Amino acid sequence: MSAEGTSVRNSQNDAVWVRRTLTGFAVLVIVVLVIIPLVNVFAQALSEGFGTYWDNLFHDHDTFAAIKLTMIVAPTALLLNLIFGVTAAWAIAKFSFPGRTLLTALIDLPFSVSPVVAGLIFVLIFGLQGYLGPFLRRDGYSAMPYVLSLLAVALYVLLYLGLRPINPLELRGWWRHPWLATLVGGGLVFAVTFAPQIYFELWPRDTSLKIIFATPGLILATAFITFPFVARELIPVMEAIGVEEELAAVSLGANGWQVFWQITVPNIKWGLIYGIILCNARAMGEFGAVYVVSGHIAGLTDTMPLRIEKLFQEYNLPGSFAVASLLTLVALLTLLAKIGVDRAEANRIKTATEGTNELRS
Amino acid sequence: MASVNRRVLPGFSLTLGYSVFYLSILVLVPIAACFLKAGTLTLDDFVSAVWTDRARAAYALTFGAAFVAAIANVILGLLIAWVLVRYEFPLKKLLDSLVDLPLALPTAVAGLVYSALYVPTGWLGQFLVPLGIQGAYTRLGIVLVLIFVGLPFVVRTVQPILDDLDAETEDASASLGGTRWQTFRHVILPLLYPAMVTGFGLAFARGVGEYGAVVFVSGNMPFKTEIAPILIVARLEEFAYSEATAIAVVLLVLSFLSLLLINVVERWSTRYER
Amino acid sequence: MSISIDRVYKKFGNFTALDGVSLDVPDGTLLALLGPSGSGKTTLLRIIAGLEVADSGTVISDGEDITQQSARHRKVGFVFQHYALFRHMTVAENIAYGLKVRKAPRKQIRERVDEMLHLIRLETLQNRYPAQLSGGQRQRVALARALAAQPSVLLLDEPFGALDAKVRQELRQWIRRLHDEIHVTSIFVTHDQEEAFEVADRVVVMNHARIEQIGTPQDVYSHPATAFVYQFLGNVTTFGGTVRDAWFQLGQTSTYLPVTEPVRNGPAIACVRNHDVKVYTQPNSAAPIAARITHVNAAGSVVRVELERTDDKSRIAAELCKDNGVPPLQPGATAYVELRNVRVFPSDAAPPHPSPAVDATRQPVARAVG
Repeated sequence: MSAEGTSVRNSQNDAVWVRRTLTGFAVLVIVVLVIIPLVNVFAQALSEGFGTYWDNLFHDHDTFAAIKLTMIVAPTALLLNLIFGVTAAWAIAKFSFPGRTLLTALIDLPFSVSPVVAGLIFVLIFGLQGYLGPFLRRDGYSAMPYVLSLLAVALYVLLYLGLRPINPLELRGWWRHPWLATLVGGGLVFAVTFAPQIYFELWPRDTSLKIIFATPGLILATAFITFPFVARELIPVMEAIGVEEELAAVSLGANGWQVFWQITVPNIKWGLIYGIILCNARAMGEFGAVYVVSGHIAGLTDTMPLRIEKLFQEYNLPGSFAVASLLTLVALLTLLAKIGVDRAEANRIKTATEGTNELRS
Repeated sequence: MASVNRRVLPGFSLTLGYSVFYLSILVLVPIAACFLKAGTLTLDDFVSAVWTDRARAAYALTFGAAFVAAIANVILGLLIAWVLVRYEFPLKKLLDSLVDLPLALPTAVAGLVYSALYVPTGWLGQFLVPLGIQGAYTRLGIVLVLIFVGLPFVVRTVQPILDDLDAETEDASASLGGTRWQTFRHVILPLLYPAMVTGFGLAFARGVGEYGAVVFVSGNMPFKTEIAPILIVARLEEFAYSEATAIAVVLLVLSFLSLLLINVVERWSTRYER
Repeated sequence: MSISIDRVYKKFGNFTALDGVSLDVPDGTLLALLGPSGSGKTTLLRIIAGLEVADSGTVISDGEDITQQSARHRKVGFVFQHYALFRHMTVAENIAYGLKVRKAPRKQIRERVDEMLHLIRLETLQNRYPAQLSGGQRQRVALARALAAQPSVLLLDEPFGALDAKVRQELRQWIRRLHDEIHVTSIFVTHDQEEAFEVADRVVVMNHARIEQIGTPQDVYSHPATAFVYQFLGNVTTFGGTVRDAWFQLGQTSTYLPVTEPVRNGPAIACVRNHDVKVYTQPNSAAPIAARITHVNAAGSVVRVELERTDDKSRIAAELCKDNGVPPLQPGATAYVELRNVRVFPSDAAPPHPSPAVDATRQPVARAVG
């Protein structure tokens, strides 16, 4: 008997009145806590008619600016956390090493930090009175060439290690000396990217680089809060899939990148998509951390959630709810995506086992 | 197995290195900076910053409201998980998906709509206020919105356990003479304790840190409906960075401690597995 | 306590689990429900326990109709296939459970638990959790738990299925001895014929939601009532064919075997135990069936031979006892097969059609020997 059949059979052990009452209560709770608020958002947003709703969103300069800003901050934070999430999941799920449990626990750390505290922390570091404040104010951009060149070196190392053949017998020339290649090649890349930046004066001098009360600060704070999301989605998925397929690919001669793009990514496709969508929803909706870091300059450093709060303070409820309704739509789309992903994942498992069964029979 | 993987499967040092690097600069260093800054205060200044009457009221409210909301979430979450796993009814799939809404919905929206619902002119307030139930600008409102925010946590941790329960043990209990209630209390519930504790912990941690939702609903009245994060923001706006950091450190330490405690309880509750 | 089951039907969706089953279990019997998976034996057991409710029919216990009574009111002890121990309770707490829910006084519970622990020889492990026990130990705890509340009937659902062979042997003997001591009516479900024969007083053979035969192990083995029972117990080769006036025609061939018991005319199945199949390398008047040897396995006390009939390519399996001398058998060679002690059963496939009168001039080609 299937597990489903078992559950249903067990439920028949409960008296009918018990079933009805419990179900009724549960539905009531969901209706009062979730459904009524959900409907109310849209009701309030449209309370002055659709025309006003549209105006509130797109003809109010500050609101529109807030929407645009959110559209920059959220995807950027998402991208940063996506790269981290994939690399961390790869390291944790495919290998075992001392400190693995610690690393996994540390990834969960931002969950236990209040968003306000997170924002505070970045103000402490990058704010005018903060640790890096004076430096950034004076000559912040002078760090940029270093940062950019180091990124270029990192990219070079990544490409080198990724494309390097696994089979020791195939290592020739440049591939045979990884340390040499890294140091010499890295140094070259650094010089090649650094020099033009200085020579062509790509970055302004003696200008302050604003992080707090500017977009970069918003991105950092949002990235902190949504830090665990992609990783937490991917780690169980990758752990469940196991290492065999990647090992098989390596034994057949694939290099790092090929293994990653052709074997790993298709397998984690759905978990990845859901992690991205969830992370995005949280990033767009982040309030506390962004509140502290933003400086509330309307039209410039207000994201959508901050705009909601400002409109609320101005007693402009329809406007406030209009922006809220957009974010609610994103939330609903996230839920739909979850259903879709679950279904696609179930289908994938079903066809995979059916294939195996066919081979067996 | 591991050593084979490290040599054979590529990318270990790269991925581990980058992960640790990113983790450090985005998470660990900032948190360290926080403690560092608080450390610049003398002990007296520290205590006078974090131990004012107003601050104490804020801590009590923050942890108290989160605790009450998390307990409520455990009871409601257990109920909802039970009904979703065991019973069939129309639109069950829809309701199941909606349980996840608080995870995806921005906290500001949650706070906004909850405050609008429970004011005397709101959809729910119009019935509840005459009965004396004030949902907006009260502690009850804070607890309500924290219940909303934490709702998915217990449901989603309990659901898989319920799903996997061995049906035979319930039959065994019945064959030994147990009533349905005795079976639930002695056979089913103990197996759910670990998940309930985990869910409680997650909901509690969420509730302690919650800012966006509470800011709209509470009215932020000091000593009455002011939670600790709001107090921090107030200090920041006064440019009292050190005091704000001090309170933040207290909040961080208390959060870490409670999570540790919850972890210990969780390990104790699964002792029979080992 | 005696159990009486009358015309019980049970369907799960489209699947009929029990098709009008009736059974009497006298007080104190140790009964085995034997059959392949899907035969309905576990469903029957669960209906007796009250864990399932029959669609129709009655279950009577000591004269009282308990059909609608729920499991908790019947005084049954049920031992589950996978033990179903409460993993968050210690061994002692598990055993005590049945008494605890009946609100027995603490002292009485303690005494009874000690008694049970002594019975199953696990006194030293009473504070362990199930996860820390071996399979055999868990099974004993499950038994003790079921017996602690002094049930009137003990029901066991494939109790030894999940254990390895040696532990199975020990527990089988233990159950037998326990029953001799305690004399509680016991019914157990198994698909293992050897187990049923070794342990039970009476055996009920089930197939496809019906009872095929009830009797002592000896009865059922020597006098099987149907082809299924014959096939299920022991290694058997079967032949389809038709009965006409006390002769069994092998398939469509012109080989005929005499039928000793009264069997109606029509489609039938002839069964022969593999050790009653004799193989000769030379043509023999007693061995009418020609077959090609496909496989010979001489390891062990018997020589197992697999053959393929030359006429319709169907398989015959033979077990030749080495004591009686075995002719040299080569795979690929043609051999001649004699069938002894053939039992013919009417086949349920189609209703008997009117058979033409036997041609008295036709000579029988084969005669069964012995």
